[in-house]
Amino acid sequence: MPSPLLILFRALAAALFHECLTSHAMSLELREIHKHFGPVRANDGITLTVEAGTLHGLLGENGAGKSTLMKVLSGFHSADSGEIVLDGKRIELASPDDAIAAGIGMLHQDPLVFLPFTVIDNFVLGSPGSWLLDRRQATDELAGLCERYGFNFDPDIPARLLTVGERQQLEIIRLLWLGARVLILDEPTTGISADQRAKLFATLKALAAEGMSVIFVSHKLEEVADLCQRVTVMTRGKVVGDAELPTPPERLVEMMFGQVLDTHERDDVPLGDSNLKFDSVRTASGLLSEEPISLDVKSGEVVGIAGMEGSGQDTFLRLCCGMRTPTKGTVSIAGNDLTDQHYREFLDAEVKFLPAGRLEEGLIEGLTVTEHFVLTDRDTNFVIDWDAARKRSEHLVDQYSIKGTEASTAESLSGGNQQRLLLAMLPAKLKVLLMEHPTRGLDIESADWVWEQLLARREDGTSIVFASADLDELLRYSDRILVFFSGRIIGELEAAATNVDEIGLLIGGRKAGAEGIPT
Amino acid sequence: MTRTRMTTVLLPILVVLGSMAVLLLLAGTNPWDPVRTIVEGSIGWPPFEGGSGRKVGDTFMLWVPIALASAGLIVTFNAGMWNIGIEGQIIMGAIAAAFVAREVSVSRPLLILLAILAGAAGGMLWGLLVGVLRTAGGVNEIFGGLGLDFVALSITTYLIIGPWARSGVASTSGTNPFPDDALLPSLGGSKLSPLAIAIAVVALLGVWMLFRGTLYGLKLKAVGRNRPSSFLMGIPTNRYLLGSFMICGALAGLAGTSQAIGFHHKLIPAISGNFGFLAILVVLLARFQPVWVAPISFFFAMIAVGSPGLSLRLDLHGSLGGVLQGVLVLSAMLGLGWAAYLARRRATAAAESSNE
Amino acid sequence: MSGFLNAFGQMFDTATIASIVAGASALMFATMGETISEKAGVINLSVDGSMMLAALAGFVVAFETDIVWLGFPAAAAVGVAVALLIAFANIKLSLNQVAVGFVLFALTTELSRFMGNSYVGRPPVAVPAWDIPGLSSIPFFGPVLFQHNLIVYLSYMTVIATYLFMYRTRKGLELQGIGERPEAAHARGILVNKLRYFYTALGGALIGIGGAAFSLDVKLGWSDRPTRNLGWIVLAIVIFGGWHPLRAAIGVLLFGALQAYAINLIPEFPSLSQVLPSIPFPAMILALVVVNWKALLKWLDRYPFLRAILRSDPPTAIGTPFEVD
Repeated sequence: MPSPLLILFRALAAALFHECLTSHAMSLELREIHKHFGPVRANDGITLTVEAGTLHGLLGENGAGKSTLMKVLSGFHSADSGEIVLDGKRIELASPDDAIAAGIGMLHQDPLVFLPFTVIDNFVLGSPGSWLLDRRQATDELAGLCERYGFNFDPDIPARLLTVGERQQLEIIRLLWLGARVLILDEPTTGISADQRAKLFATLKALAAEGMSVIFVSHKLEEVADLCQRVTVMTRGKVVGDAELPTPPERLVEMMFGQVLDTHERDDVPLGDSNLKFDSVRTASGLLSEEPISLDVKSGEVVGIAGMEGSGQDTFLRLCCGMRTPTKGTVSIAGNDLTDQHYREFLDAEVKFLPAGRLEEGLIEGLTVTEHFVLTDRDTNFVIDWDAARKRSEHLVDQYSIKGTEASTAESLSGGNQQRLLLAMLPAKLKVLLMEHPTRGLDIESADWVWEQLLARREDGTSIVFASADLDELLRYSDRILVFFSGRIIGELEAAATNVDEIGLLIGGRKAGAEGIPT
Repeated sequence: MTRTRMTTVLLPILVVLGSMAVLLLLAGTNPWDPVRTIVEGSIGWPPFEGGSGRKVGDTFMLWVPIALASAGLIVTFNAGMWNIGIEGQIIMGAIAAAFVAREVSVSRPLLILLAILAGAAGGMLWGLLVGVLRTAGGVNEIFGGLGLDFVALSITTYLIIGPWARSGVASTSGTNPFPDDALLPSLGGSKLSPLAIAIAVVALLGVWMLFRGTLYGLKLKAVGRNRPSSFLMGIPTNRYLLGSFMICGALAGLAGTSQAIGFHHKLIPAISGNFGFLAILVVLLARFQPVWVAPISFFFAMIAVGSPGLSLRLDLHGSLGGVLQGVLVLSAMLGLGWAAYLARRRATAAAESSNE
Repeated sequence: MSGFLNAFGQMFDTATIASIVAGASALMFATMGETISEKAGVINLSVDGSMMLAALAGFVVAFETDIVWLGFPAAAAVGVAVALLIAFANIKLSLNQVAVGFVLFALTTELSRFMGNSYVGRPPVAVPAWDIPGLSSIPFFGPVLFQHNLIVYLSYMTVIATYLFMYRTRKGLELQGIGERPEAAHARGILVNKLRYFYTALGGALIGIGGAAFSLDVKLGWSDRPTRNLGWIVLAIVIFGGWHPLRAAIGVLLFGALQAYAINLIPEFPSLSQVLPSIPFPAMILALVVVNWKALLKWLDRYPFLRAILRSDPPTAIGTPFEVD
């Protein structure tokens, strides 16, 4: 027989425990958060309230400042100014440690797990506790949490062997185990399968029902619309609107991309022969492995590529220039089969690729503008005639209005001028020009200028294939738009015959008029 | 070099030299004495006037391998590679030159030419091996190079006590001297060989030219600074990495040749004189600039020739010179690092205040 | 051929094995130190010089005070000082670890020669032999493991302690984390750079103790450049050991066995007496080349067991400074 004291104690404990469970629901307020990196205002006065027990979507394009805001909230960055209020109490988050202690857990886009370490080591790493590791007890606790949320892990295999979706699951239950009451998920559906996404969404709904506040950061409006109860939309570091869900997707598209005039106001160039041809191209695994791609880009044509980051566009562009080789199908340039040829053969066939990372994959830090021109000029002799090179360089700096001198180093130029330099380095004759985000980070003047240059190249029969996140840019300059979604082309549209809504919905994975998320 | 950069390099060096002087004073030695001893023991006192021509010749003949190895290292450093294997490349150059000197009998000019070519080829092959391990095998060049250093060292020892042992005695003091015909022609009474000096000067000029005015050098620099960008520009990056190791190896091989047929006149186990490692310090101190390599190498050669006098005359160990070299390079490095750190902090602070 | 076999047969002699174990103490300490430092992400390339300067400091202090044990903290202090300089240059100034490590190698080597000059040939001070009562009388294992001295026993304990710390404690897991993926460690509230300073210093201390073990136990007394490239072998063994303390310890013993084998070969090949002792150095590094050779590893992928044995993957963030925006 237990003693009455013990019974009383247990009752008290149970009451306390219940109290804990219900009071753990936390409301969160961000007030006037400012954060800048150098001259870039990543967050420019963000105010946002997340009610306890809700699934709150945070929607915006790449670079809208969502990730920065969430890193502020998880203690990764400290805000320049502003307040974070949790359950009516103002809190200071100087490090991730503070955030964890306050009950805020963050799941990063690329789950921050240690790949060579075992699942159980990943689970316990960073958790408070005794000096000695009790892996058996941790394994039991992990198993308990897994059972509760319907996950399944072998605790002794390295995290490297888990899929991205499983790594997320591991991180989520680890954060819950550490006592997180606010869960932030940064673009969690990038790179996970449809099944795993369905499971993730079910889990998040269950968590919200238990009183957890969930912030779901995404640029996929379809997912936000499916999952969340409220949504806040961010653009260029500012909140541009919020809404209770459900709301018509067109309204969200408008908030995200603004009022885009459906213009198609450029001169058309007559299209010529085939410059770039894909015939049933596939890759071995990962993106672009499911459906073969066939495509024909004519000379003088501009093809825009739309889609979320990481939907297969980068693989596609690298297939176009020989940096990746397909496992099936053929790639031809101007009628010549170049399948399985090396990147330099493509270069000789007048195909040129300008990736998004201007200083990482394009320019060389420490070398001057002139040196860049010398490196890419095919007529340079073994012994460099520097006087001639400098003159030519000065001329090109002038012609391409690069703000800087021939002696400026690549890294000292601004992003726009780096892009001008890259364009100035292009060979005079090109069959195919492949670009990632040709105007990302550029001011309007530079962006317009870049397109003027690009469109002029059509006259010489150059085909331009570019990936962009800017719907306005895609609509304005493309002849044709390909929309990528999770590793395949979900839509091919004539730019003149489509509009922002249609593309926006396709980017989100939904064909106009269709229901639900395609798998 | 701009004025600010000069001060950031020179200031820490002066501070360090000053504190070394104070330490010597505390130890009861006039700090001027070791300086004078080193100068007197290498190029005479007053410089190039007093003293023996033999010492001056030695100093120049040690400048040759240091300068050659440094010239080579500028090439690999520019390609972004740590060629710790340079010691082995010097040794293999010396071995190849020694082979020609011992085993080939042709007319004198031809023999010397062959020895020089063999030396360059020996070093080049040893360098190429490091490069192949790196590009084809993915073996870090530091460890591949170090391993080949040890292998080269074992080969010399083996040759000296084995097949090339001095008649009658197997001793590590070295092989029999090479026939006179195989030695670099020198100015009377000293080892000073105008030919060796000329080769080193040409090598330094060549490397300077390579990075100053040729497309090959510019491409090497591009590969060293950013491999993905270089690849996208159409530069065959692996071929350029191999090329840098071959050039460096050939120059190191010439350094070994000069050591074998120009200085020691026989093969000894310590034929490299550690000049490969010393050259790494030279190049780090010279900030990879060929123009600075020549004087710094000469200064280091003076220390190498003059510091044995320290123990004879001042009862200070000859390694004081080595300490000085190490301290110089370390303080210059930390000084530049500190200046860069302050500049970064200022830049961030400026960016922040402009946003207020 | 029979010469090789004869020499190999002598390897299984109890005395030979005991001497390998005894002679390994210096390398054991230094290898554990370097493993810890590199696990945390900082390469201490100065090991050879650090060990030498520490060996001198240990000998000088032991010699002057005539208390052999005082040599060890002195040596550890030297190792810590050098290690902290590398950590500072890398973490605070973002300088290249390899460059700073190399320059410090050169400087500490020359410093040890300069300052040690007057101690060359002085009578050695040695760690006294001490058989462990009871254990030392076990047949075979007694003489092999328990008839040495306190420093040798400490070297085993350091290996076991390093292993247990890294793989059985919370702090040890954090140590691995900061060298593997510092941003993930940071996200879990771990103070990456503070710990990097700490573990580089700890590694330096062990490297220093290795130096003192060298001059006060393995090769008694002081001579010019006494370690003869032993420090470089430490760097190779850490890689050969795949950054695992127990595997690295096996590497140390293997290297000792190679050295013993080379010495055993001398009577068989007297003409090579000068070359043989230096053979283990290139052999060790070439073994390293093998475990690093990507093409070979690709082929080994077909034999998962062999691959697991030879696997040697460095901590991912090794050599790279970590900065919080």
